[in-house]
Amino acid sequence: MPDPSTAEAAPPRYIEALNRALTDAMEADGAVTLMGVDIGAGGGAYGVTRGLYERFGAGRVLDTPIAEAGVLGAAVGAAMAGLRPVAEIMYVDFITVCLDPIVNQAAKLRYMTGGGVRVPIVFRTQSGAGRSGGAQHSQSLEGLLAHIPGLDVYCPADGRDAYDLTRAAIDADHPVCLIENRRLYGKRHPGWERDPLPPGKARVVRDGDDVTVVTWGRMVHETLDAVAAMEGGASVEVIDLRTLVPLDVETVRASVARTGRCLVVHEAVEQFGPGGEIVAQIAEHALFDLDGPVRRYGALASPVPYSPGLEAAMLPGSDGIAAAITAVLEH
Amino acid sequence: MGADSSEGPAVADAGAPSRPGVVDPPGAPVHARPGDLERLLGRYGTMARIRAFEEAVGRRFRDGDIHGFVHTSIGQEAAATGACAALRDGDYLTTTHRGHGHCLAKGADATAMMAELFGRETGTCRGRGGSMHLAQADLGILGANGIVGAGIPIAVGAALAARSAGAGAVAVAFFGEGAVHSGAFHEGIGLSVAWQVPVIFACENNHYAEFTPSEGSWNGPSLVDRAASYGMTAISVDGNDVFAVEDAMSELVAAARAGEGPAFVELRTYRMGGHYEGDATPYRADDEVERWRSADPLARARAALEPLGALDRADALDAAAAAEIEAAVDEALAAPYPDPASVLENIRA
Repeated sequence: MPDPSTAEAAPPRYIEALNRALTDAMEADGAVTLMGVDIGAGGGAYGVTRGLYERFGAGRVLDTPIAEAGVLGAAVGAAMAGLRPVAEIMYVDFITVCLDPIVNQAAKLRYMTGGGVRVPIVFRTQSGAGRSGGAQHSQSLEGLLAHIPGLDVYCPADGRDAYDLTRAAIDADHPVCLIENRRLYGKRHPGWERDPLPPGKARVVRDGDDVTVVTWGRMVHETLDAVAAMEGGASVEVIDLRTLVPLDVETVRASVARTGRCLVVHEAVEQFGPGGEIVAQIAEHALFDLDGPVRRYGALASPVPYSPGLEAAMLPGSDGIAAAITAVLEH
Repeated sequence: MGADSSEGPAVADAGAPSRPGVVDPPGAPVHARPGDLERLLGRYGTMARIRAFEEAVGRRFRDGDIHGFVHTSIGQEAAATGACAALRDGDYLTTTHRGHGHCLAKGADATAMMAELFGRETGTCRGRGGSMHLAQADLGILGANGIVGAGIPIAVGAALAARSAGAGAVAVAFFGEGAVHSGAFHEGIGLSVAWQVPVIFACENNHYAEFTPSEGSWNGPSLVDRAASYGMTAISVDGNDVFAVEDAMSELVAAARAGEGPAFVELRTYRMGGHYEGDATPYRADDEVERWRSADPLARARAALEPLGALDRADALDAAAAAEIEAAVDEALAAPYPDPASVLENIRA
């Protein structure tokens, strides 16, 4: 909650909001312990944890070997034994080398033990294609994680949510995958003075009457850019889901019931992507409110290419979003 | 201590460290010293409870009361009993798909465990876990595991939490020699060294990784040498001698409590049963099994009790264990299954 007495002229950058959330959570609870590659004196690959090692010491900000499966397994054990680990996975792509502790251990242990243990872990990671990271450093894998019962998946799109969802993730007594977007790290977003929203509550970023665009993460901003550039005065409602799990179906349903048209936009690959689930939810809950087919617009079904022109062709962008909105409106 | 150093095996132990498969088993009585009678009887009683539990599991599996996979630890009772005897309340352990013995030795209730295997609401995990996911957090049992090697880094994390708590607790990761090929073993053990946390890696070398003799799976240095190469104390112990295990573990645990970091112990033993109940073990020779039967950890404890004139007390412990487990089975079989309406409980906290 922003304190008016210390309100700043400029909102903090997304990365500063993350750092502030980690700092405040560590101040509030001595059990909050960070672990990950390069997060200590190095401050993290992108600087999210900068200053925390100096402030809280090596006992609470633990550098680790490059051994993600070991580190995340240790986070699971530490969580069951009373800590509240925040384990950093430098790139979301790297979850593929440590899925067992996430999928088979953290996500299932509370259930498998009949509620006998708590597993309060945050798996902090980031995605963000579009900067020639190549196919192994550019994926959007939130849908893969959202498929696993027992995992929450949060995808903050601005500084306010970077702070609030990080705090909420750390406060949760169950595992949460917090997927930041590295292309937002340096941005200052309006809305820092907003009241915090809980996980599972979507936010209507822009009101509109003709079509609903459902999105999250960096695509919120791409969508707003697309709408700003569109000619013809279509009234577009933009919903930032903020968290895929829990999913706020009701906010989407209510919007689609009013607009009658819907487009789901995500940076993840379209085939078997999270958009499929959202479209299915709309079909199940709002089919007869629709004036046309619900469409998805995501990345092409391809590994993310390196060369800039190829990468731009593969990823969704504001021009493509505008075209997709137009197509939904014209159907 | 009753352990061998990493330089070589103990005189009484013909089974050389880390030469698994068809080694001759050790056969000597447990090394009991004067004044050890009551302690030895205590350990024997725990081993007898594990043996009775596992034998009942085998019978109930064949009768169809156990619904899924189940793996028993007959022949490995001394490893679980000796190792857990070195632990105290507040210490943690992780175990494997073959974890009934560790749970019993750490204090889990046989009736609740049996109910869990039967899938009942009164089970250790309310029937949600089953044999491979037995856990009881208030006893520090952070779970059996269905994934080979997965418990190793979990124990490292529990040791980290224990160190943070500052109460001198330790964590023990039980795993088989089959797990040492997994990434989780190397990553977990490496992390423990980097962090210098109080964790003991207790590797029960029962000579078989599921169906495959472990001897054929490595060609390099022994398990102990492998572990030592990470920069930690590493020893090999006759895992069928309950006192040898307890003495070795006590020394390693004391060092870990004192802040000396992680350690590794190979507990050389033998899996008398198959990989799972129902496994006909066509991959190993009958005479090998018979030779290891002569090294049975309970028989070796009895051989030490006999000259002390305590066989009648051992018999009484056997009878008490049988009665306890029979009652546990009866009570667990009478317990209700979970209400299907509760299927979605405890997915999130």
